[in-house]
Amino acid sequence: MKRFLLPLLLIPLVAAPFFLKPYGIYLLSLWAVMTIAAIGLNLTLGYAGQISLAQAAFVGIGAYTAALLTTQGWPLWAAFLLATAICLAIGWLLGYPALRVQHHYLAFVTLSFSTLVFLVLRNEEWLTKGVYGISGIPRPTLLGWSTKAPVDFYFFCLGVLAIVSAATWWLVRSPWGRAFTALRENAIRADSLGVDTRRYTLIAFAIGSALGGIAGVLYAPLVQFIEPTAFALNLSLNLLLMVIVGGSGYFLGPFLGAAVSVLLPEWLRFSEGLYLILYAIFVMVLMAFCPAGLLGLAERVRRLSR
Amino acid sequence: MNPVLEVRGLAKGFGGIRAVDGVSFDVHEGEILGLIGPNGSGKSTLFNCILGQLAPSAGEVRIDGRAITRTRPCELNRLGIGRTFQLLQVFPQLSVRENLLLAGQEHQGSMWSRLLGRRDAGLGAAADRMIEFFRLSALAGEKAGALSYGQQKLLDVAMAFMAGPRLVLLDEPAGGVNPTMLAGLRDRLREINAARRATFVVIEHNMEFVMSLCTRILVLAEGRIIAEGSPEAIRADARVIEAYLGH
Repeated sequence: MKRFLLPLLLIPLVAAPFFLKPYGIYLLSLWAVMTIAAIGLNLTLGYAGQISLAQAAFVGIGAYTAALLTTQGWPLWAAFLLATAICLAIGWLLGYPALRVQHHYLAFVTLSFSTLVFLVLRNEEWLTKGVYGISGIPRPTLLGWSTKAPVDFYFFCLGVLAIVSAATWWLVRSPWGRAFTALRENAIRADSLGVDTRRYTLIAFAIGSALGGIAGVLYAPLVQFIEPTAFALNLSLNLLLMVIVGGSGYFLGPFLGAAVSVLLPEWLRFSEGLYLILYAIFVMVLMAFCPAGLLGLAERVRRLSR
Repeated sequence: MNPVLEVRGLAKGFGGIRAVDGVSFDVHEGEILGLIGPNGSGKSTLFNCILGQLAPSAGEVRIDGRAITRTRPCELNRLGIGRTFQLLQVFPQLSVRENLLLAGQEHQGSMWSRLLGRRDAGLGAAADRMIEFFRLSALAGEKAGALSYGQQKLLDVAMAFMAGPRLVLLDEPAGGVNPTMLAGLRDRLREINAARRATFVVIEHNMEFVMSLCTRILVLAEGRIIAEGSPEAIRADARVIEAYLGH
């Protein structure tokens, strides 16, 4: 059954843009980008159990790296490389506080970092153009394939999402993934079994942050205009919502969570003025009755039906 | 012959309470040393100080003559020291097999080979053997959290042996385990001790279990060693009876 599940999921993703208007294609592309950022946060929070409210900052670092480089004529792959390296390094450093503090204390440490990045993006006008933002961010051309059209850029985002998903799937099924889970479930016991919990904590932060950076590199050419408020705390909370609503610690959680966060509010627009209220009620009911998220709910139903 | 484990003048205080008060002893290769004492006598604190989970206030711990005081627990494990905890410590979301793979994986290859190499880190056959040895074969694919308490306890002990340690410190391995399973656990520990010349230090309240398993016993009361000897000698020692029953 599992063998057929992936192609079944892929078919609608590939076919969808041919039936959608440009705004619909934009939303699907945004879903793909946010899914990548949420996969990163799911790795840090869901698998390794380290709370972070800084994921938006890494999306911002990635987006500004892409915007600054590509508007100067650099290719997008250079931005991917540089943003990944910067976010890996900063994510590794951000992991150090996690060696000393946990839970809500760690949330506040990462929140402070997020605020710091936001202030740099807003105030360092010589580099980021401050509140005026950066416009005219070009979409890439890959081996002669221009991704200027929305549908082409959507497939580009989908391709990057596929690569990130495959790499993450490998990671979480490897001994590293097992060590992350052990870190989340019982760090003291993991340590007594030879798992270097300090090193794995730093790795979880670094990789999760790098995926945030990669999402940012895609976000900049998707919207083609970026300014600091897009990467403020609101986005971090939204990404956290995606991970938790989808199912923290489940591989497919971020895919579902990003769909709920990006697409559901749009689908609820038929209710006009009520759509945000309906969305908020849906999230509250889900969290009240199934804190393990949609995939946690699915697992509960599957266990009951056995 | 040099002792495997040397503890010299180990002390640990919490505020005004001296939980461990100048404890010294040796453990030799292949020995099964029992550590008994009334509740609150400092047994688990002593374990935690030996194994780097707590920083001792004073004293020294040596493994094979090498000072290891304040060495991190993960490094101690890589030196061939395993342990179990007083309370159950399995990973409930991982399967029985994955718990065992995790318990051995950090001893295999480099960090990069653990990312890019085989999913079971080359430990699949060893994990299956350990599952069979501890009679957990029917549960290999089950999540550890779904096992009964006794089965989890067996898994907990099995994990401590997965990396082939030379010295294992077991904190109340018999606690909460039913008599049938307990006999099995004792047999497994004896077999490992005989086959690998592995050395054990066992904290235990179950006197029948500790007396039938251990070759030598230390008795701790109020953080100090009050008696030491063979199971028979300890059973007859007036100081031990007094420590357990009070004045």
